[in-house]
Amino acid sequence: MSESTEAGRVKPPTGSFFAMKKIIVLGATSSIALEVQRQLARRGCQLLLVGRAPERLAEIQADLVVWGAKQVLTYSADLAVIQQHVGLMEFCRRAFFDFDTVLLAYGSMRNQKDCETSIEALREELQVNFVSAAALLTLFAADLERRRAGCLAAITSVAGDRGRRSNYVYGASKGALSLFLQGLRSRLHPVGVRVITIKPGPVQTPMTDHLPNSARFADPKEVGCDIANALESRSPDVLYTPRIWRYVMTAVQQIPETIFKRLAF
Amino acid sequence: MSGQAAATLRRQSVSGLPTTRVLSWGRYPKIAHQYVHKPGWNDQVPGILQAAAPGSLLPHGLGRSYGDSCLNDGRQLIDCRRLNRILGFDEASGMIRCESGVSLSDIIDVTLSKGWFLSVTPGTRFVTIGGAVANDVHGKNHHCAGTFGAYVRQIALHRSNDGLVICNAEENPDMLHATIGGLGLTGVIAWADIQLKRVAGPWIDAECEPFESISSFLDLSRDSDGRFEYTVAWLDCFAGKNLRGIFFRGNHSADQGKDFHPRGGPRLPFAMPNWMLNRYSVKAFNKAYYTVHAYKESAEVVPYDSFFYPLDRVRRWNLVYGKNGFLQYQCVIPETRVDALEELLDRIAGSGMGSFLGVLKQFGSAPPAGMLSFPRPGLTIALDFAMRGERTLKLMQTLDEVVQQSGGALYPAKDARMSPALFEASFPHCHDFVSYIDPKMSSSFWRRVMGAR
Repeated sequence: MSESTEAGRVKPPTGSFFAMKKIIVLGATSSIALEVQRQLARRGCQLLLVGRAPERLAEIQADLVVWGAKQVLTYSADLAVIQQHVGLMEFCRRAFFDFDTVLLAYGSMRNQKDCETSIEALREELQVNFVSAAALLTLFAADLERRRAGCLAAITSVAGDRGRRSNYVYGASKGALSLFLQGLRSRLHPVGVRVITIKPGPVQTPMTDHLPNSARFADPKEVGCDIANALESRSPDVLYTPRIWRYVMTAVQQIPETIFKRLAF
Repeated sequence: MSGQAAATLRRQSVSGLPTTRVLSWGRYPKIAHQYVHKPGWNDQVPGILQAAAPGSLLPHGLGRSYGDSCLNDGRQLIDCRRLNRILGFDEASGMIRCESGVSLSDIIDVTLSKGWFLSVTPGTRFVTIGGAVANDVHGKNHHCAGTFGAYVRQIALHRSNDGLVICNAEENPDMLHATIGGLGLTGVIAWADIQLKRVAGPWIDAECEPFESISSFLDLSRDSDGRFEYTVAWLDCFAGKNLRGIFFRGNHSADQGKDFHPRGGPRLPFAMPNWMLNRYSVKAFNKAYYTVHAYKESAEVVPYDSFFYPLDRVRRWNLVYGKNGFLQYQCVIPETRVDALEELLDRIAGSGMGSFLGVLKQFGSAPPAGMLSFPRPGLTIALDFAMRGERTLKLMQTLDEVVQQSGGALYPAKDARMSPALFEASFPHCHDFVSYIDPKMSSSFWRRVMGAR
């Protein structure tokens, strides 16, 4: 368990282009977001952190300033509740109006069995991972579309690429978000707004600690590095991280359904 | 030994108890834990402490302790690596406030470019603040700077019985004293204030000097300790009677002209087969290492990472000792007992079991920063031994005799097998320390040397 901090050694801070960036992170206390923010802070970005727990946001705020962020603002809201989105948008327009990138990083992974037996759990899962995320992206898309610039990125999952018996509710919610992003990308392409779909494989985070073999999952630092690099560069539209998952999922998607339905994973 | 442990592991997983194997850096002993908590935030720690049974928890960082002082056999660990926020850094005074899971590597990444460096650094940057405090680690500048604990100005400690306790020179000074070198047993560090030191840049003016006897090492050491901030020697423990080694010394360089580019290194993919490491291969390595350094230019300007952390270049270098792991033996011998040191080296050379990482250093006379601090005036030597079962343990027992008889001490962070008697002799304050232990904390090491509780 010891080598993980050394993996994915960070890239040294790069050019001034990136230092001008103003980035909004939705779900700033999620493990992957934490690592992305560190990378962005090292490159001198300005950040607006949105999350539920104000004390935790304050803690990260202090950390990111030490790591080199030019400016760090925080805003606490429960993003799963759509009614709270308006307040956030107002705050953004007022205090962080010339933002150029939005990273949506929150999500939930409930127990699959719970979602099969409780409609409430199922509804919650879809609400958090898809409905509220789509609502937020729509609001920010309108803003960026007017300005004809900027970048929207959202973290979905490789689990959304194919429905599996062991977590298809989570997979469906993330898969729906991936499809939503696909369409949004096509809509915003003509006006020069970039949309990135980020599909991490299994990562060592509190969300996955209870799963078997979680010690072998990817290091969040490596994933955070990949995401920060993707926000900085002009490609790709769909980021698989770690990269091997692009090939794994390409293969998995080729398996005929008659066979796939018999696979117990 | 390891076969047995593996069998135990299998049994436990069959019986349905959730177990997690966590290894220390020496990969010995192989121990199963009941559960590993992984708090992401300081606000989750009190809940973990409250819910736990007495004597069931131990904070764990990057697992760089070699033996069992960072393990808790059959019980639980609190993995603190996600508590890695730097809560503040004052660029004017060089004071940094870190959560317990922040690594020394993180601190260097943040502060070196602003002209600050760790006041004391051990031989690896991949240790957490929590671990550095809990083991009161030392470095190549012990003779002039003391230990890491001497630069800990304040600690906030989660305690299961009295909440968050602030410890500094005015408030709870004795708890601060117990926590430094306290092996993680006094509670979970929420954050600590560490004093850094000013440096001109990332470069070190380094020199290396071959030596061929203990007395010439001592001469070099005495001559250098006044002029050089950092001194350490590498020792060829296979040379037998005609002992030899390389003396390294250095100062922070005023040189700022060159650009600094950190370099990555290779990583060992899996445990090396045991047969690769034998007395012939190690002898050959030692000879080559000695020859290269004895004949290379003696003074040069080197980057700080290759000077302080040469082993960090090879990630997971501990796998070189094979799947059975290894034991490190680090003791300190009073300066007046050079004969004991020679006896020690004789016994090791006679056994033919030494390895390529022999390190020799003269400690200074700084007062101990913690109740159970290891460094004290004298000569400290650290050696690796591949774990070859009984034979290795027997050899180390014979070394213990020499250490104990000379009035020396053994380093808990490196130990997986010392006897309770030797621990007590090494750390006479250990009984006073007991009253500072958090009732929810315990470790494999502590139960071994102080009896189960």
